[in-house]
Amino acid sequence: MKILVCIKQVPDMASRFKVNGDGTWYDETDLAFRMNEYDEYAVEQAVQLKEQQGSTPDITVLSIGPDRVGEMIKKAMAMGCDRGVHIQDKDSFRKDPWQIASAIAGFARDKKFDLIFFGMQSQDRGSGQVGAMVAEILGIACATTVVGFAFADGVVTAKRELEGGIRAVVKLKLPALITCQLGLNTPRYPTLPNIMKAKKKELLALPIADFLKEKELVATASAYPPAKKGTGLVLEGDVNDMVGKLVGILKEKTKVVK
Amino acid sequence: MKTLLICEYREGKLLESSYELVAFADKLGAEKAMVLIGKEAEVPKVNGKLYLADVAKYGEYKPDLHKKIVLEAVKKEDPDAIVFLHSSYGWDLAPRVAAALKAGQVSEIVSINEGKFEVGLCNAKLRRTVTPQTGKMVLTIQAGAFNVAGDPQGKAQIEKIDLPDAVSPLEFVGYEPAQKKEVDLARAEVVVSAGRGVGKKENVAIIAALAKALGGELGASRPVVDAGWVEHSRQVGTTGQIVAPKLYVACGISGAIQHVAGMKKSEFVVAINKDKDAPIGEVADVLVVADVMQFVPALTAMLQK
Ligand SMILES: Cc1cc2nc3c(=O)[nH]c(=O)nc-3n(C[C@@H](O)[C@H](O)[C@H](O)COP(=O)(O)OP(=O)(O)OC[C@H]3O[C@@H](n4cnc5c(N)ncnc54)[C@H](O)[C@@H]3O)c2cc1C
Ligand SMILES: Cc1cc2nc3c(=O)[nH]c(=O)nc-3n(C[C@H](O)[C@H](O)[C@H](O)COP(=O)(O)OP(=O)(O)OC[C@H]3O[C@@H](n4cnc5c(N)ncnc54)[C@H](O)[C@@H]3O)c2cc1C
Repeated sequence: MKILVCIKQVPDMASRFKVNGDGTWYDETDLAFRMNEYDEYAVEQAVQLKEQQGSTPDITVLSIGPDRVGEMIKKAMAMGCDRGVHIQDKDSFRKDPWQIASAIAGFARDKKFDLIFFGMQSQDRGSGQVGAMVAEILGIACATTVVGFAFADGVVTAKRELEGGIRAVVKLKLPALITCQLGLNTPRYPTLPNIMKAKKKELLALPIADFLKEKELVATASAYPPAKKGTGLVLEGDVNDMVGKLVGILKEKTKVVK
Repeated sequence: MKTLLICEYREGKLLESSYELVAFADKLGAEKAMVLIGKEAEVPKVNGKLYLADVAKYGEYKPDLHKKIVLEAVKKEDPDAIVFLHSSYGWDLAPRVAAALKAGQVSEIVSINEGKFEVGLCNAKLRRTVTPQTGKMVLTIQAGAFNVAGDPQGKAQIEKIDLPDAVSPLEFVGYEPAQKKEVDLARAEVVVSAGRGVGKKENVAIIAALAKALGGELGASRPVVDAGWVEHSRQVGTTGQIVAPKLYVACGISGAIQHVAGMKKSEFVVAINKDKDAPIGEVADVLVVADVMQFVPALTAMLQK
């Protein structure tokens, strides 16, 4: 069995974001980057499946991006992926989801992966498009927003999460593509020995031009901070002062504190 | 501009949220036609053409077939924009349609800004306007962003769509109901929720103590539930409970749209967050910029006096 996991690197969402020079994206200076949260579940699910299948599956982890994504690919290999593919693109953030999907499909097309795992969306851009688009380009079955995953006899049983916490249970024959939702599993932390082992695993670097033949379909006109900051009161400073002020406000404005 | 609106249908019923698509098209001042994979008794009350495919044949969730039906309607109608809700149905189907048409897709539109589509970036800390570069475009709109005014009154003109083959590579087995609610947060007067910012499971007790001091219930954001620190029945948000208490206190919660959708109807909102820019500030009446582990115990102590 051959498995592919696609992961994206995103800035830590707790950062302070500024708009970049040409006014179309966020400025990357001083940002710390990490693996997209949804993609951690994708890596974990692939590794769990490998363990359940007696280690026979071979897991490739792929990311498109600049040099900094190498560290993240190594983390995924330390979690248990067998080999890494870094599709080098300094401008990956400027590609639209269609281009990212086309490049991934271009890589995957002749490699006969049985199962492909994605995150359901990225934390920064969050369009939730790339996974389903890759499935469409490759012509394989796909289930999105998956919170339950089981594999037996060549069939995936997936639980899709719907609004209000209802789930839709679906079955897919291989080859299939799954996009992972938060809570699907508990992503492991790489252990020190596994981090050492990951250093010896193969990490292929390939230029984006080998896989991408498509032009962008969507362009960003501009990026900017939200116009309406909250209209609420902001309290800052000494904790005890703030407690006193807040209790005063609650007494005045709500009936719950008397 | 001409829009094709893809309505939603689940467990035998048209979903009310389908009318948000109509509100979006009206806001654009666009012509509209609709698609529903459902049944005749459940078509939306909207004037205009409606392409109806029989749910008995095409299922409630068979995305490969639903895609073909949408493509068939696109062929007949030749719309400029094909519009979905950004929902478990829409975000699943839209990229398939976009890829099949090679149309640019804009996801989760929150508003229309001088004719351009506005979307969030980095947990809504920034915004972007985007412009599709293709003749046809696929759009998904944020749930709740485009509000419906008044009761729908119209009558759709139905045209049926039937495909020659109806085989799907995906088998829909059935629905599983949401986990049973042990607590009904919707009835609580005060909800105090713990977010990832509380740091670890042991700290949840500190948030629960504040809930108790205020005579309310403990709530939580999704990561806290996913990590098993708090049971699912206390999750607030689109995939948890929708609450509207007199007082909502968000402790270490960033304010992601899926969380805010579950609490924005609260009468008074207090947020405690060490990040002054956290998007929860946009819905909070009071934002306390502090470490929850310092502030919350001090607040509880003061309330207990
Ligand atoms: C100047 C500028 C302009 C931009 N303009 C646009 C624009 O017009 N339209 C637009 O949509 N975006 C634009 N972007 C952002 C763009 O680069 C997105 O990050 C990219 O299109 C992927 O979309 P997403 O993150 O929303 O993916 P999603 O569809 O949300 O991602 C889902 C999943 O796909 C996989 N995935 C995503 N990206 C990668 C990757 N690089 N490598 C491996 N796997 C991946 C992961 O599994 C992820 O969980 C722009 C960025 C810049 C800097
Ligand atoms: C389809 C879908 C459905 C979803 N449904 C839900 C849902 O129903 N409910 C839900 O909650 N989420 C839901 N989510 C997840 C949602 O997108 C966010 O990931 C989630 O709400 C984030 O939770 P959080 O705010 O606790 O964590 P984070 O976003 O990680 O925020 C933590 C916050 O705590 C602050 N903080 C950290 N340390 C401290 C400290 N010591 N003191 C004070 N502040 C601190 C940080 O500044 C940050 O703002 C859903 C997502 C998807 C895609």
